Amino acid sequence: MFGWEFPPHITGGLGTACFGLTKGLAKRDVDVTFVVPKAYGDEDQQAVKLVNASDVPFDITDEEYKEFWSHIKYMEVGSNIIPYVDPQEYTKTYEENKKTGESFTSNVFSKHYEFSGTYSLNLMEEVARFALIASGLAAKENFDVIHAHDWLTYPAGIAAKKTSGKPLIVHMHATEFDRSGEHVNQQVYDIEREGMMEADKVITVSNLTRNIVINKYGIDPDKVITVHNAVDHTMLKDAKNIKKPYKEKLVTFLGRITLQKGPEYFIEAAYKILQKDPNVRFVMAGSGDMLNRMIERVAHLRIADKFHFTGFLKGDDVNRVFSMSDVFVMPSVSEPFGIVPLEAMRSSVPVVISKQSGVAEVLVHALKIDFWDIDGMADAIYGLLHYKGISTMFQKLGKKEVEGLKWENAALKVKAVYESVI
Amino acid sequence: MRSICFYFQVHQPYRLRNYRFFDIGEKHDYFDTYSNSFIMRRVADKNYLPMNALLLDLINEYGSAFKVSFSISGVALDQFAEYAPDVLESFKRLADSGNVEFLAETYSHSLSALKSREEFEKQVKIQSDKIKQYFGVEPTTFRNTELIYSDEIGTMVADMGYKTMLTEGAKHVLGWRSPNYAYTNAINPKLKLLLKNFQLSDDIAFRFSQQSWGEWPLTSEKFVDWLNNIDQKEEVVNLFMDYETFGEHQWEETGIFNFMRALPGRVFSHSNYTFNTPSEVAETLQPVGPIHVPVPISWADEERDLTAWLGNDLQDEAFDKLYSLESKIKNCGDEQIQRDWLLLQTSDHFYYMCTKWFSDGDVHKYFNPYGTPYDAFINFMNVLSDFIIRVDTICGSPKDDRKDIKEMAEKLMDEMEDATRKKIKSSKKKVKKTIDQGKNIKFDDIKNMSNTAIKKLVKEVDINELTIALKDASTEVKEKVIPNLNKKARQTYDELQQNLKTIKKADIKKYQKAVEEKLKELFRK
Repeated sequence: MFGWEFPPHITGGLGTACFGLTKGLAKRDVDVTFVVPKAYGDEDQQAVKLVNASDVPFDITDEEYKEFWSHIKYMEVGSNIIPYVDPQEYTKTYEENKKTGESFTSNVFSKHYEFSGTYSLNLMEEVARFALIASGLAAKENFDVIHAHDWLTYPAGIAAKKTSGKPLIVHMHATEFDRSGEHVNQQVYDIEREGMMEADKVITVSNLTRNIVINKYGIDPDKVITVHNAVDHTMLKDAKNIKKPYKEKLVTFLGRITLQKGPEYFIEAAYKILQKDPNVRFVMAGSGDMLNRMIERVAHLRIADKFHFTGFLKGDDVNRVFSMSDVFVMPSVSEPFGIVPLEAMRSSVPVVISKQSGVAEVLVHALKIDFWDIDGMADAIYGLLHYKGISTMFQKLGKKEVEGLKWENAALKVKAVYESVI
Repeated sequence: MRSICFYFQVHQPYRLRNYRFFDIGEKHDYFDTYSNSFIMRRVADKNYLPMNALLLDLINEYGSAFKVSFSISGVALDQFAEYAPDVLESFKRLADSGNVEFLAETYSHSLSALKSREEFEKQVKIQSDKIKQYFGVEPTTFRNTELIYSDEIGTMVADMGYKTMLTEGAKHVLGWRSPNYAYTNAINPKLKLLLKNFQLSDDIAFRFSQQSWGEWPLTSEKFVDWLNNIDQKEEVVNLFMDYETFGEHQWEETGIFNFMRALPGRVFSHSNYTFNTPSEVAETLQPVGPIHVPVPISWADEERDLTAWLGNDLQDEAFDKLYSLESKIKNCGDEQIQRDWLLLQTSDHFYYMCTKWFSDGDVHKYFNPYGTPYDAFINFMNVLSDFIIRVDTICGSPKDDRKDIKEMAEKLMDEMEDATRKKIKSSKKKVKKTIDQGKNIKFDDIKNMSNTAIKKLVKEVDINELTIALKDASTEVKEKVIPNLNKKARQTYDELQQNLKTIKKADIKKYQKAVEEKLKELFRK
């Protein structure tokens, strides 16, 4: 399995999803070799911890983890691949890092695949390098199916398939259309398309994504299968019962602050609500290229005393924010799946989600609105804040609903896909 | 004789700590004690202590010929007391020399002059008291935060009794005129204005160590030549700058201390200038005319306006939200609220939110705890959000908040209605009770009756009968009735009392019955 990030080093939902899926597969008696490009030079130690599982940041005495590690082999490949950037952005980031003197070691962790020479600035070359390593791996390792997650790993998947002759599954967690709107990067699009064309089967995380794959990439509908994501219940600690230190209700946005996530619609809805009801606070948790613009907008609307920003939040703080929240909103413009609302619901927080999200396909106990419908969003939020009937119902049933979304079940579907190609 | 007037600004803000969203409502310590004390110590050692020593040397050497002035913000003074008491002592020594004038400003180096006269006056008072407390003199010259000035601010300062005020000799205000004269406020000519000669001031403050500058290196000889080049008729050269220029903005290695050490000697030997304090200059010079400044100016940046602190959305939002609390805080007795209120007004917080110098961050980056103006804004707003919660809970509702008044009025009306309803209900009950009582009233119940009722009764009943009826009555009843008798009745009672020794029990009963009947009759009415 080729991925590009793995907990605890995650920048988005993909790492969580990959982790959940591998765990689910382990339970279904599927052995997985997980190969990840090493994105940052400073990760060695923690990564090693992951590999030998001697002192993993989560509780490994848990029986489940023992079982997990008996099925999983984790490999890390030295690379500068950085998740969630496009090629231009990558070059920029690299330059910046070079300027600030951040170390970019060229050491490849693996004894067998050590590279000499320096790394190039070009993300595409890195992707190609990853592919090269993959083909080497494919010759040595023993496996039945190749499973590649998202475009950065597709060339690696294709290379591995060519070397080994084993079937290839590509997993579409997000398409270039989700990431960039209509301004797609042609190179990325080409890689995505090639990956899907070469693949024996394509797994999409929602029907929304499946439709994009069929309509915008021209992939044969027969080989595209939707497997909805699930929730890794062990990853989530039980929400601490933190008492909010103020009387106002709290409405939360949590995610990367980028075009795809629709943060500006959340702000406009917040403004509408605050005009009617000053006893509400809003918090936008996360970081991203639109953060500063959002801050300026909030200042401009003069609601900054009731609209807060937290910056990027990690594990514990995410739970903290959920336990303080009264409503969670995911106004994504385009969300292939969207795992965060599930985490919110698991913490008994009622959610408002956009119809343009994959998760809207599986959830019943959630209010669904169009991302652009600010009035509708404001209505939904206001309703959940004020009408106890619906909010208590969502709290109770939503939690149950999410608990039913198990990775074991998703893994079973994935396993069926594997079996269909072996 | 012409004057060189040195004024040095000494200011260090109480910087905010990294205050997170999760702290809102939970934690109320806003300030970064560690970095504030660290920075204070560092500037003390690099700048305040050596420069104070140098000035004291010069004063000792040249006596009354060498004078300078300081404006030290109240928050800086408090931080000296807290983190660097040696600096405070060395300023006191300068004060004792008598050659140093201390100016008045706002306690927290705030922008209150732009927002609230009341708050401004309050802060100036705190500051001036502090100066008096530490240095034994009451300031008579005023300088506002960052030399911010307008006609309106000038009048306000004049009304407070100050005779002289310092501000920037901004080109767009002066036009063809020279800053090297005394001017007056456009509305109140009693207030004299001294204007900064920004050319010569900035040669020292900003360009001193700039090697790309054509005049580098700057020597005291060269500087005195420039002073001599100024038209002989021009009377004063105002050199206004941050005190941190000496050793902090311009490091010791640049030769800034040596320059200052050499300057007075060169001035005395090669020019007709003397060194004077602002109040001396204002006293001797005849103002040449008023300066019109309808829109506030400052000494900051090329623009010499307020855009370093106010004007972008981040700054305006933070500033307006902060000052919207003024009316609530005004009458709030909580000491910690008052303290935080002052410290949050420090202009530096808004300075950090400025987006003007994204590209050329130079002197503005100095001790700026934030990476970007956005970080500065978020952090300040998190603190302010918590502060608002505290103000709302501790300081109660404001006087001029109409909505709150309306709500309170409505509540009051409701309560009054409730109270009235209850009162009516209980009155009805009482009346009913009294009537019920009246139906089977006994003679002995007189003791529970009000004085008015008894007076009424006494009028209705024949005094002779009453006296007999009372013969056997309890002392309580007697005590109740007798004081209510009028003079004549009282006399009759006393007389009869003597003659009633052998009255029959049955008679007493009879007359008591009669009184009871009378009472019932009265109640029925």
